[in-house]
Amino acid sequence: MRGAVAEAGLLRLCRTIICEGSARRIARIQGPGDCRSQVACVRFLNRKKPERRLSRKVQDFAAECLGKSCLALALSLAFLPCLKVQAGQTQVPDRNVTINVYNWGEYIANGTDGSMDVNEEFTRRTGIRVNYTTFDSNEALYSKLVGGGADYDVIIPSDYMVSRLIHENMLAELDFSNIPNYQYIDESFRDSEYDPENRYSVPYTWGVVGLFYNTDYIKEEITSWSALWDDRYAGKILMFDNPRDAFAIAQFMLGQSVNTTREEDWQEAAALLKQQKPMVQAYVMDKIFDKMESEEAWIAPYYAGDAAILVDNNDNIRFVVPKEGTNYFVDAMCIPATSIHKAEAEAYINFLCDPEIAGANMNYIGYSTPETAAKAYMDQEMVESPIHYPDAEILANTQVFVNLPEDTSKLIDSLWAEAKMGGPGESAVLAAIILGFLAVYIAIIVGKRRKRRRELQ
Amino acid sequence: MKSNSKLLSAPYTVWMTVFIVLPMLLVGYFAFSDKSGAFTLENMMSVGQYSNVFLRSIWLGAVATVVSLVLGYPLAYIIAKMNAKRQNVMVMLVMLPMWMNFLLRTYAWMTLLEDNGLINSALAAVGLPRVHMINTAGAVVLGMVYNYIPYMILPLYSVLTKIDESVIQAAQDLGANGRQVFLKVVVPLSMPGVISGVTMVFVPAVSTFIISKMLGGGGNLLIGDLIDMQFLGSAYNPNLGSAVSLVLMVIILICMGIMNQFDDGEVNEKGGMLL
Amino acid sequence: MKKAGGRIYTFLIFLFLYAPILVLIVFSFNDTDTGSRSVWGGFSLRWYRKLFEDRLILEALRNTLLIAVAAAVVSTVLGTVAAIGINGMKRLPKRIMMNITNFPMVNPEIVTGVSLMLLFVSAVRVFGGRSLGMGSLFAAHITFCLPYVILSVLPKLRQMDPNLYEAAQDLGCPPVKAFFKVVLPEIMPGIVTGMIMAFTLSIDDFVISYFTSGTTQTLPIYIYSMTRKRISPEINALSTVMFGAVMVLLVIVNVRNGKDRGKTSPKEV
Repeated sequence: MRGAVAEAGLLRLCRTIICEGSARRIARIQGPGDCRSQVACVRFLNRKKPERRLSRKVQDFAAECLGKSCLALALSLAFLPCLKVQAGQTQVPDRNVTINVYNWGEYIANGTDGSMDVNEEFTRRTGIRVNYTTFDSNEALYSKLVGGGADYDVIIPSDYMVSRLIHENMLAELDFSNIPNYQYIDESFRDSEYDPENRYSVPYTWGVVGLFYNTDYIKEEITSWSALWDDRYAGKILMFDNPRDAFAIAQFMLGQSVNTTREEDWQEAAALLKQQKPMVQAYVMDKIFDKMESEEAWIAPYYAGDAAILVDNNDNIRFVVPKEGTNYFVDAMCIPATSIHKAEAEAYINFLCDPEIAGANMNYIGYSTPETAAKAYMDQEMVESPIHYPDAEILANTQVFVNLPEDTSKLIDSLWAEAKMGGPGESAVLAAIILGFLAVYIAIIVGKRRKRRRELQ
Repeated sequence: MKSNSKLLSAPYTVWMTVFIVLPMLLVGYFAFSDKSGAFTLENMMSVGQYSNVFLRSIWLGAVATVVSLVLGYPLAYIIAKMNAKRQNVMVMLVMLPMWMNFLLRTYAWMTLLEDNGLINSALAAVGLPRVHMINTAGAVVLGMVYNYIPYMILPLYSVLTKIDESVIQAAQDLGANGRQVFLKVVVPLSMPGVISGVTMVFVPAVSTFIISKMLGGGGNLLIGDLIDMQFLGSAYNPNLGSAVSLVLMVIILICMGIMNQFDDGEVNEKGGMLL
Repeated sequence: MKKAGGRIYTFLIFLFLYAPILVLIVFSFNDTDTGSRSVWGGFSLRWYRKLFEDRLILEALRNTLLIAVAAAVVSTVLGTVAAIGINGMKRLPKRIMMNITNFPMVNPEIVTGVSLMLLFVSAVRVFGGRSLGMGSLFAAHITFCLPYVILSVLPKLRQMDPNLYEAAQDLGCPPVKAFFKVVLPEIMPGIVTGMIMAFTLSIDDFVISYFTSGTTQTLPIYIYSMTRKRISPEINALSTVMFGAVMVLLVIVNVRNGKDRGKTSPKEV
């Protein structure tokens, strides 16, 4: 199986190159002056099982691919027809199963910018179709899962949400014999706090939260979360549109634990958020890409991994982890207890853990991989980048979200709505509104009756 | 035909009972129960916390309705005065944008209103100062007006075309000037259109939840957002969400009742509301 | 002078109505790498190509059309039959029925959506079975389409001379045949209007689908998820295609209506 997978991947690579026929594109796929991917291809070719061997012609071609320059590749168009046939054979027939995958937005390589289309690749190799939908916060995922009547097969919540779902018996225990690639997950990501016995989840990515800011408009060097409260940037500040991440920033500034259960702590943090509200341009999640790139906004907190899009594509956007500390998160793949395609879901998880796929995926999404093996397939630049793989000093100054008791969760929810409203309301006001409307209604009816009576007289 | 008429509407009755009446009862049930299903008034009480949201929604909805009326009335009047063929074309032109997905239309306004958007670029090119428009309450009102103004124009138009030309002539013959004719004859006669236009704009404007998200930047929380938040958003609590929905429904039904009172007598003919 | 003022006013309102759409259309042809929405980078059709390669969009489109056709057909049949029934009712039951019919039109969409979601989720919990998806979407769409069908068929029934049907029966026509030969042709314009309305409402619906779709994606839901993400001009291309489709549809309907008007009463709009 594995050999076939590698063959298919390689063929796909070659085919793209030929079809596109563009030197620039090839350079992008293979990385300038970097023979890492070529080496990887060779390794795969050598590893494949004999009965699954590629045809002689393709092997020749593959060797050519690896050895020659991009230009020569573009010229070897003559091979195209036979290659297509070969690719057709390795395509697994449709199994007529569709799994529902629910993931964060912008959180998988989707074929743009020369990346691998991970879902399509999965379908091609296994014959399982993917219905891929996205959410934008852990809480929204939870709502949809509990009350939205949706039957997901694979979900990718963050640490604290994983533990909440485990506590509420909403996750299925994974059958790790279907996920052999779990072996590539680094030791340090196993036996985590949120899933102590490694029964329900497989880490997908990890990362920290930091500040993105535009150096064209913000000349000083930002080192603190307090920049989000700086009135010089009023109206150009973006903020998280989910309670846990937003509160965490206020809590770092106040020096609190992000997992406090003291009500006063949360009140204090909420007060800080309310104070910030007039300066905030918008509460957003993935719209941050658009707003920062179009320079609508100058400063925004977000996840470090997204530097792959923001910092790498825009020279004037910088990323920093503030000195007060930050949140460290792990997003993990899980299968809801209600899944009816568990084996296929496990195949999907296994697929995403394949170092080659994980590497290609991380190259695009920019988050940090929990698999050292995957780094071999990634851009060296990214692997060495302190943004994507922060040093020990930064990691030491981080806090992890823990699932909070229900009372605290409820408190946060109402405080969050309050912060976004700009303050708490009074029941009396609402009652007054309704009574006011009713009074008008009754007054009109009474007035009309009187009028009619007068007319009758 | 009359003898078996009850049987004919039976499937419809069953359908509506299951999919309209029953769900409403469920909303009521959820609003007055807690997570375990026990009776509680807590949800209804905590709706009061969000009175700001209600106030803002009603205020913005009302502003949007008034703006739509003020902008829509003259247009409806102008169209009604055209010849029949042009009328049809104009009505179609008013309806055409409405048939496009409202998310896309609202999204288009984002492009226009942004600080570096097209309007501001145009202003800057002419040398005028840039205006901050996006993510304000004004942008939300604009979004509402844009999305719902056809609902105002169309009923107004259909009422205005039905006004008998001879009534206006009679008023003129009796010495009324243009302004008087308009205020004393045309406006009162077009009242039913105004009423249905106002309702058709106000109800969706008050309960919208996407427009505020897209044009209001998430800081202008409206009732719709609040409900969405409790059901599929960041604060899962269907009980509170149901309570909010219930209050919203009550407010809207009262508003409808008030509006219907202006619509003398003609309600029954249309088989209108019991209210 | 006055006329010119009117023209300018009309023009301004239409500018207001069409400017955003024009912007969407123009920028769907924009050749840009960054996906910028306000800087012009040359003409290109790349976003259209991308759009038609997007498997998820095509799937969403298929779902949307499937639901719209099914919901329109079912609600038209159900609604027409119900309208005939309601028309023959006595005053009080008629009034009750009309109130139930009006309710979903008056009720805020979001409340209808939420209430249906509660219903479907509870049903799944009680009766077991599969979760929300095409089935629940289908039921929800029929529900909000039904009132529109009834309200467009009822006036036609009221206009119709009730003696016609009886006369046909007196002349020896069996009731079913009399219905198809006499009543149906009379109310056909109302039925067709209702069906078209149901179809377009269903295609365009976002709010109710959003709450009742489970994991199924319809076009509006897909558009919503697109607007939440990093925005790609693909969405503009999609708007343009949809706008074109709607325009063609409207022109067809209008031509048909025009013909209708020529044949029957000139009063109908």
